[in-house]
Parts: sequence; structure tokens; C-alpha cells
Amino acid sequence: MLNSRAPVLATIVAAFAVAPAFAQGEVNVYTYREAKLIAPLFAAFTKTTGVKVNVVSASSGLEQRIVSEGANSPADVLLTVDIARVQDALNAGVTQPLKSDVLEKTIPAQYRDPAGNWFGVSMRARVVYASKDRVKQDAITYEDLADPKWKGKICIRSGQQIYNNALFAAFIAHHGEAKTENWLKGLKANLAQKPSGGDREVARDIAAGKCDIGLGNTYYWALMQNVEADRKPWAEATKVILPTFKDGGTHINVSAAALARHAPNKANAVKLMEWLAGEQAQQIYADMNFEYPLRAGVALNPTVASYGALKPDAMPLVKIMEFKKAASVLVDKVGFDN
Amino acid sequence: MNGASATVAVRCIVIAAALFVAAPLAGVLQRALSGNGEVWGHLVAFVLPVAIADTAMLLGGLAVVSGVVGVGTAFLVASFRFPGRSMLAWLLTLPLAFPAYIVAYVYVEVLGPFGPVQSALRALFGFRLASDYWFPNVRSIGGAIFVMGFVLFPYVYLAALVMFRSQNYALAESARVLGASPWRVARDIVLPLARPAIAAGVMLVLLEALNDIGASEYLGVQTLTLSVFVTWLNRGDLAGAAQVACTLLIVVAVFVWLERRGRGIGRNMRSFAGHSQQAGAHDGAVLHGWRSWGATLACAVPVALGFLIPFAYLAREAIVRSLRNGIDADLLRHAASTFIYASGAVSVTLALGFGASMAARLIVRGWARVCVSFAGLGYALPGTVLALGLLTPFALIDDLFNAVARAFGGRGVGLIVAGSGAAIVIALSIRFLAIATGLAEAGLARISADLDGAARIAGAGACTLIATIHLPLLRPALAAAALIVFVDSLKELSIALLLRPMNVETLSTYVYQFAARGIFEDAALAALLIVAIGIVPAMRTVRFARPVEEGRIGTE
Repeated sequence: MLNSRAPVLATIVAAFAVAPAFAQGEVNVYTYREAKLIAPLFAAFTKTTGVKVNVVSASSGLEQRIVSEGANSPADVLLTVDIARVQDALNAGVTQPLKSDVLEKTIPAQYRDPAGNWFGVSMRARVVYASKDRVKQDAITYEDLADPKWKGKICIRSGQQIYNNALFAAFIAHHGEAKTENWLKGLKANLAQKPSGGDREVARDIAAGKCDIGLGNTYYWALMQNVEADRKPWAEATKVILPTFKDGGTHINVSAAALARHAPNKANAVKLMEWLAGEQAQQIYADMNFEYPLRAGVALNPTVASYGALKPDAMPLVKIMEFKKAASVLVDKVGFDN
Repeated sequence: MNGASATVAVRCIVIAAALFVAAPLAGVLQRALSGNGEVWGHLVAFVLPVAIADTAMLLGGLAVVSGVVGVGTAFLVASFRFPGRSMLAWLLTLPLAFPAYIVAYVYVEVLGPFGPVQSALRALFGFRLASDYWFPNVRSIGGAIFVMGFVLFPYVYLAALVMFRSQNYALAESARVLGASPWRVARDIVLPLARPAIAAGVMLVLLEALNDIGASEYLGVQTLTLSVFVTWLNRGDLAGAAQVACTLLIVVAVFVWLERRGRGIGRNMRSFAGHSQQAGAHDGAVLHGWRSWGATLACAVPVALGFLIPFAYLAREAIVRSLRNGIDADLLRHAASTFIYASGAVSVTLALGFGASMAARLIVRGWARVCVSFAGLGYALPGTVLALGLLTPFALIDDLFNAVARAFGGRGVGLIVAGSGAAIVIALSIRFLAIATGLAEAGLARISADLDGAARIAGAGACTLIATIHLPLLRPALAAAALIVFVDSLKELSIALLLRPMNVETLSTYVYQFAARGIFEDAALAALLIVAIGIVPAMRTVRFARPVEEGRIGTE
């Protein structure tokens, strides 16, 4: 009798358990990456170190949640899937700088905050998905996307969405606001439909013939090709072109880790962050999430390697983030999403 | 319990119910005033105009769609006999089992470029590419009106059906005898008498639409509610979000005021309509030929669009994917958490809602009634606004706990309220308290005050009166409230999304996260689970739509 009740009681306790401020052998992670996708990574960490990982995952607002939790926040580590969120966390004052020789040695300088407030752990590029049938060219620049020859042929998700916001901010960093505004107007004029959906739907709409090219992140295409059987036809109908800025390389963004300001389990938090830069974690990032590992010597996944040699844009991420807000205002101003 | 402490307890519960709803309102106001007004400029220039225009268009369109569909189907069901009528009468309530966001996810797939509709079109007309023909995009205001209209119209249908069925048929019959056509009777007698009820139904639809974030976000409609969400979470501007929330609350307040005013008018209309003793006796005119099948079709189409098509799609996806990928082992855990939060909300709302309503009856003073009707306003607060407004009260309580713990030499105890399931349960309870107070008030109104008087004369105290007379007579109302609060809590998305604790997902946030990553179909089973549980009370609601007996319990 008691036995049959035990799981019920356990669930009730779990549903109402107070977020542990401090717990021996645990670390509390707030992550923008979906809990399911990151689970293998944390399972491997727990197996190696014996430290249990508690997770809150959300697609928006984690840094605001930490702000509202204040000094009692249980958050130890914030994991983002882009640079803007970690910058938001920095601005909101919910991170603390970390001095770690391990991280500084492993992660190249352009992919981490000089002050140590955040560290990139993996990388993705924002690239062009193009129809295999209808697009012959194999190279393109971001600037070309505003060329009237693409009129009615481009699909894209919302201009306010973080991945596009970072790309537009990078455009401002390269060309200034006035040129970017014109470029955005040109891009807007080339759209086949109102910006909507996600990157996978861009591939879907190209496959359906709604448009010929669109913007997406590198790992979505690999996920559709290798993991998501229903969406494999969308990947098969498209190809990935690595675009570049005329005067630079391909726009990249990083998944980043930051130490929370009031981290109650700081030692475990640092252990996790350093582990994420290690060989095992980096190989998981490469093979399960289809991202570019940041640690030297870790092999790319074959699908990702098949896109061709990536030449990351040299513009520092911190510089790009200075124009994050300007990019958002420009999107509103040109009515990109309307 | 002696008399004096009973009186204090009775007053406390009434005041507690009102404070429960006042806390988040005060929280929103405090946050809004804490802003420096600097971002307000950007919001006024770029965000608010679009948000207000989109909200107005959405609500206007919804009022028309849900009004026409709800009133039309209710009128047919109440006035005519046609094939399948008795079955359609309850099938028409089933869309209520669906949260709007799930139907939005489904229609984006069904009407998408690789969905069955467009694929069939391409095959039929030999189009090669999706750009060769025009097809409406579900991700638009029109799409949102379509989706929400066919999910929410049963609110209007039920309200109108009750009125149509309980109307005095003598009036309509007399008009017919005097030579008025059926349409003239409908236009000049039946509809005007039902108008207040229809308005109340439409108001519920609009309040539900204002609560929604899932469907509007997915369909790309920038409503005020979504702007609160985006301004807070994406722009990181809490004060700005609270300011947008205040704008939204003004809209809500206008609706609530209109609805209350309509109710006052309704009271007068009802006395004109007279008693409805003969209600069940009249079973409607028999329709013949194409008219009868036309009526069947007119009622079947909304059922198909609002329930059957999305349900069939979900069922198919759930089966296909479960067979291929297996069932997510965590789903059971998420279902259990959802169940626990919903049960918690049921307990709190029943205790507080029924407690306050019964207490207000004992106090028999104006202020108590005002408190209880104020407590009912929580229903009009969109979940996003509620969660935002609760940040301050929760932080105050948690700071207090931690200060006490530290004063006794301990470590901080963490977030007792904000970091545990308590936060969700409290927020859900505030939002759904109105269901409990509403049903309690309606139930109590049917218990004659003479009964209270007689019991008192016989020497019964307040506790005896409640335990032996009120509670037993209120049992059906309690059961109904429990059921409705449970299912509404189950479907609720924004509160769970913003307040859920670590390591926890509810069914709704689980589905939302898949949809947010563009792979909604992989969560079809969870969505189906929400809907399947919601079907039970949706079917039961039609029973409430039977003609109301005018007689009060205890007056015979």
C-alpha cells in the first residue's frame, strides 16, 4: 500500500519542492536550450562528476526571471543559445565575472567576454537555405539579399527574432545604420510573404515552392537531414550556402554560459562551465546539436562539414551587441514584420 | 466556535478573497509607476499603435464570428427539429475542450504548404509550386479570428441557448398567431430578449482572447497581451510591460463594466419575458426538405472546424508518432504535475470562493457583497498580467521568509513561494476564483432566506447553518465549479509558462515549447491529452443550459 503511494508522494513533493538555494552536489541551470536537447549533455556531466543538474528551460525571459528572484535566486548558471540573451543578462546585472584559466585557455578570445562575464561554448552560423532546383549559384553575400533579382523569392522569420536581430546588428557594425536601413528595405521588398514561423519553416516553404531562398541557422538543416524524419524532404529539397559579408566572413553566433550573480552553488557552477568546454561536451555539441565546437581539435559532424569551410566573420561579438538595440529599432522603423 | 470568533472568521475570509485579487493589481500598478517613462516613448511610437490596432481588429472580428456562429446555432437548436439536432446540441460545446493555442498550431499545419488542403489543391489543379496560386495565410489576423472564433463560439452558443430555451413561448406563439413571420418573431422578440445573455457570452469570448498569448504569438498577431509578454521578456523592460498591462487593463475594465451594465438590463428584460414553466413543452418547429439538411449542415460545420478536424489531426499525429518514436517517458511526470497544480487550484478556489460567498450571505452587508464581486474580477486579468503583478507580492513574502531564517542564524531558505509550485497554484486560483464565487452565488440565490431564518430560530449557529443546510444544497454547484476550474487550469498556458518551478513542465508548457521550436507535431500526444480531459466538462456544460427552474429551493 505504502509502496504504491510512494511515486505519487514523490511527484507531489517534486511539484512543490522549493528551489534549493544551496544543495550539496547540485547545480541549478537556467537554459534557453530546450530541456530535452540538453539532457544528454547534463547526463554525461552528472555521470562524470556526480553533480546533479536541476533545470529551468524557457524560450524567453530567463534573465528577467533571475532579476525578479533577486538575491534569493537559485540560479547558478545561465545557458543561452545566442549572444544577445547573455548580453541582456549582463545588462540586467544578474551575472558575475569568472576568472578561469581552463576556459581562457580553451575558448578563443573572440568568443568570450574579455571581462569574463560570459563564455561561448559552441558556435552556429546564420546561412542561406536555397532551393536545389531553382537556385544555381553556390555563393552569395548578405548584401546580395537586397538585390531586386530576388524580388518575391525570399522567406525569413521575424526581424525581431534574436538570430535575425544579431545578423542585422552585425550588418550595422559593418556598414552603419543608414546603409543597413536601405538594405533592410530592400530585403523587405524581396520577401515572398510576411516574416513568420521559424527557420525550419523557411526550408519547408522553399521545398513547397513558396520562395527560392531564405535564412536559417546551420544546425536546423542538419537536424532535419539527420534526425527529424518528417522534415527530411525539406532538407533534401534545399542546400546550404555559407554567405559572407562583402568585406568579411560568415555571421556566427555562440551558445554562451554565464555564472549567475548570486549563484548559491558556485563551485559546482564553475565545474559545469569548465566541463562544457572539455572534449566530451564539445563532441556532444558537435554530434547531437550539430554546432561548431569551439575547442580546437574536436571534429565537426560530417553533415556540418559538408556545408564547406566556414570562414567566421572577424567582427567581435561584443561589438555586434552594441548595435542590438539599433537593429531592433530599424526593424520597427522599416515595418519589417508588418 | 463561539459567536464572536465566528464573526471575525467570516469577515476575514471575505476580505481575504478580495485581497487575493487586489494584490496582483497593486503589483502591476507599482511596477508601472516605477518606470522612468523613457521607454514609454518607444512603446507609444512603435509598439502600442500596432498592438491597439491588432487587438481591436481581433476582438471586433471575434465578436462578429462568435456572435453569428453562436447565436445562429443556438437559435436553430432551440427553435427547430432537424436531423441530428439532439446530438449536435452537445457536440456544439466540444470546441471548448480545445485551448486556442493548440487549434492554432493544428491549423498552421493543416492549411500549411504541405498540409492536406494545399497538397490536394496542387494535385487537383496541377500546380507545381506554392507560389503558382494564392492561398490565405493562417498566420494573420484573419487566421487568428478564424481559429479563436471557432474555438470560443460555444460561450455564446451556451448563453444564447439558455435564453432561447427559457423564453416564454407564449410571446412568440402570440406573435405567430397574429401573423408575424418566423424571421420577424426572431428579429423582434426572441433576439432582443436574448440580447443580454448573448452580450455576456461574447464578453467571455473577448476576455478569453485577451488572455491568450499562445495563439496570437504563433499566428503573428501583435495583441496588447503579447506586447506585455514581449516587452517584459524580450526587451527586458518590466516597467514598460507593466505600462502596457495597464493599457490592457483599461480595455478589460470597459468590458467588465459593459457586461455588468448588460446584466442590469437583462434583469428587466427577464421580468418582461415572464416565467418559463412551459419551456420544455415546446420542442420547436419541424423543418422539411433542404431546410432541415441545411440546418444540420449549419450546425455541423462549426463542430467540424472547432473540434472534429483538429481532434482528428491530433489523434492521427499522436498515434503515428507514438508508434514511430515511442512515448516520451517524461510525459507521465508532466501530466502528474499538471494534475497536482490543477487540483491545488480547485481546492483553493472552492475553499475561498464558496467560503467568501457563504460568508457574504451571513454578513448581509453591502461591503461584503462588493468584496465578493471584486474577487470575481480575477477572471478578467490576463494570465501574463497576473504573473507580472504577482512578482512584487511574492518577492515580499520570500524576502520575509529569508530574513526570518537568517535572523535565526540559518542560511537563506531560497524562494519558498516564487520558486515552488505555490506560485502557480496561487495565480491559477486568483484567475479562476470567479468560477467558484459565480456558481456559489447562483447556488445560494436559489436557497430561500426563509430557510436561514428558520434554522436560526431553531437555534442553529452560523457553522451549523452552513454545514447542515448550505453545503448539502450547494453540492451540485461545488462539483460544477471543481470541474470547470480543473479543466481551465489544465489548459492554462501563460501562468504556467512564467511561474513554473525548476525541473517542472506542465502539459501546456510542454506543448508550447515544442511549438516554439517549430516541431509542434512531436507534442501531439500531450496536446491530445489536454483536449481529451477537457471534453468531459465541455459535454457537461450543456446540461447547465437546460431551462432554469424559477422556483427557489425551500419556498414550496
